[in-house]
Amino acid sequence: MDVPLAPRVAGRSARTRSFGYRSLKAVGRWRLLSFGVLLILSYVVVAAIGPELAPYEPNATHPQATLHEPTPEFRFGTDKFGRDIFSRVLYATRLDLSIAFSVAVSAFLVGAVVGALSGYFGGIVDDVVMRLVDVLLAFPAFILAMALTGILGDTIPNVILAISVAYVPYFIRLTRGEMLRVRTLQYADAAVGVGNPRWRVVLVHLLPNSLTPAFIQVTLVLGWAILDAAGLAFLGLGITPPTAEWGVMVAEGAQRIITGEWWTWLFPGLAIVIIAFAFSIVGDGLRDLLAREER
Amino acid sequence: MPHFLRYLLRRIGLAVITLAGVAVFVFLLTHILPSNPAALRAGPLADAELIHKYEREMGLDQPIYVQFGRYAQELLSGNLGESWKTGQPVLQELGERLPATIELAATAFLIALVVGVTLGVLAAVYAGSWIDQGVRLYATLGAAQALFWLALLMVHVFYYTLDWAPAPLDRLTIGVAEPPLVTGLFTVDSLLARQFSTFLDAVNHLWLPAVVLAFVVSAPVVKMTRGSMLDTLNADFVRTAKAIGVPQRSVVVRDALRNAFIPILTMVGIVFGYLIAGNVVVEKVFSWAGIGQYAWNALTINDFNAVQGFVLLIAVIYVGLNLVIDLAYGFLDPRIRLG
Repeated sequence: MDVPLAPRVAGRSARTRSFGYRSLKAVGRWRLLSFGVLLILSYVVVAAIGPELAPYEPNATHPQATLHEPTPEFRFGTDKFGRDIFSRVLYATRLDLSIAFSVAVSAFLVGAVVGALSGYFGGIVDDVVMRLVDVLLAFPAFILAMALTGILGDTIPNVILAISVAYVPYFIRLTRGEMLRVRTLQYADAAVGVGNPRWRVVLVHLLPNSLTPAFIQVTLVLGWAILDAAGLAFLGLGITPPTAEWGVMVAEGAQRIITGEWWTWLFPGLAIVIIAFAFSIVGDGLRDLLAREER
Repeated sequence: MPHFLRYLLRRIGLAVITLAGVAVFVFLLTHILPSNPAALRAGPLADAELIHKYEREMGLDQPIYVQFGRYAQELLSGNLGESWKTGQPVLQELGERLPATIELAATAFLIALVVGVTLGVLAAVYAGSWIDQGVRLYATLGAAQALFWLALLMVHVFYYTLDWAPAPLDRLTIGVAEPPLVTGLFTVDSLLARQFSTFLDAVNHLWLPAVVLAFVVSAPVVKMTRGSMLDTLNADFVRTAKAIGVPQRSVVVRDALRNAFIPILTMVGIVFGYLIAGNVVVEKVFSWAGIGQYAWNALTINDFNAVQGFVLLIAVIYVGLNLVIDLAYGFLDPRIRLG
């Protein structure tokens, strides 16, 4: 077997690669990124108009057609109550995306502000914040979200709160790290010098320049939040039946695993996996892109 | 050495502070939050009298600082309290269920390590090729996977359709006796007792959940190995090795991979996070009687002492593991402890 010693791309330095080859790589990366963005946009469209597209109400039962296989009438089949799984998957899109966006936005806002203040002022404030971050990071995110949801109680706002708390420390760390870098730049001193109050320098002048890593993280957290919310629902925590939500539907379908009605869990699960994959490739793609620009 | 000693003490000190913070945090969760544990324990139909009885029993009628004092005292003496459901000490119940989790998680970890490092090295050596693309797709799918759904899919394929795996119901077929308890790992204990049919049954039940868990866990292993290997393959000493005529495969395996392992070490903490979170879900799908299922049971019946015990156990292992990694890293790479 011919084992090339140096990796094909990074091994030979980029300079020795032809411009054409590099453009080709860039196009490939762009194509993957665009594919992910397209997937996300189509989910957003479904979230917006899904209820119009759905042939049935999400909780409408068809007692004559329970556990029915996929047919033109019931495209994804029906569950044990005879509810149309296709309609329920469409309806659930709005709920799952809303949860993901709420989690990402709240974790981002809290994390960015706290991280920026902590990084800029340093000292005792920074010490306390970092120890709190350590405490939250002492748990795997899903375990923390699971315990919080279990203790807070099974409501959608509690699910959002629980998952947000689990991801806030990541945003604090990222923004703080960037703030440590930008606060030493000359324009930071200049902004203070012309008489801006310090909090204004941090939040208005420095924060916008410290957000790139946190911004990329938002895309990844969007995907993770959907996986976490659905995972919690699968465990019977947070969002509960009869809500049309992907994780709830997979959990209900899981009861049919021994008897083989695969459509009850396959389609809602696919809805989760595809959007999580899309957020993941967009997050990775953005990271590659922005990391290269900074070089 | 004083430098290393200072580094050591600082890291240990931080870990102790973190664990103290974790203890306070968990106390606040279970005692300050608006929900009343006694009411939850008594259930929605209970009358005020039963709730009061439970409140007294659980010490919830005491002022909060008294409750905290008692809690801290118990923790320091290694007592996690009793389960409200069974009346047994939580620590003992967790201990009884830990081997099942270790058997599953360790098997998954080994599979993930072998598969992940192999794929990561292949992707780095053939960077940019279709092999690399395939491996990266694999890692992306693994990292953004709905594990509960994947587990169902695998059960459907390997149990329902192909009948290669047993029904996803616990660690042994009903009717097969557990091997004599030594380690609590059924595969090991059955071999020690020379009960080969039990061993085969245990392996038969173990492989599918372990593979499912390993897929998700291998994703970060692949990413880290690939990145680390790429850096090392570009290093001067590899070029030198190549220039002086060391055989290619030997350079990749002996020189590059060995050096790439140092950054891979830091990944163990991340991998543990994936393992534990995934473990809860996989144990649920496969009815695997480990600590994940224990925690899930406890959460659904609001058995807060048991939940608290589980969460604390995870945090102690997690913080301890990260401490060991930090120390090992500092020991291997002087720049870190001097920095």
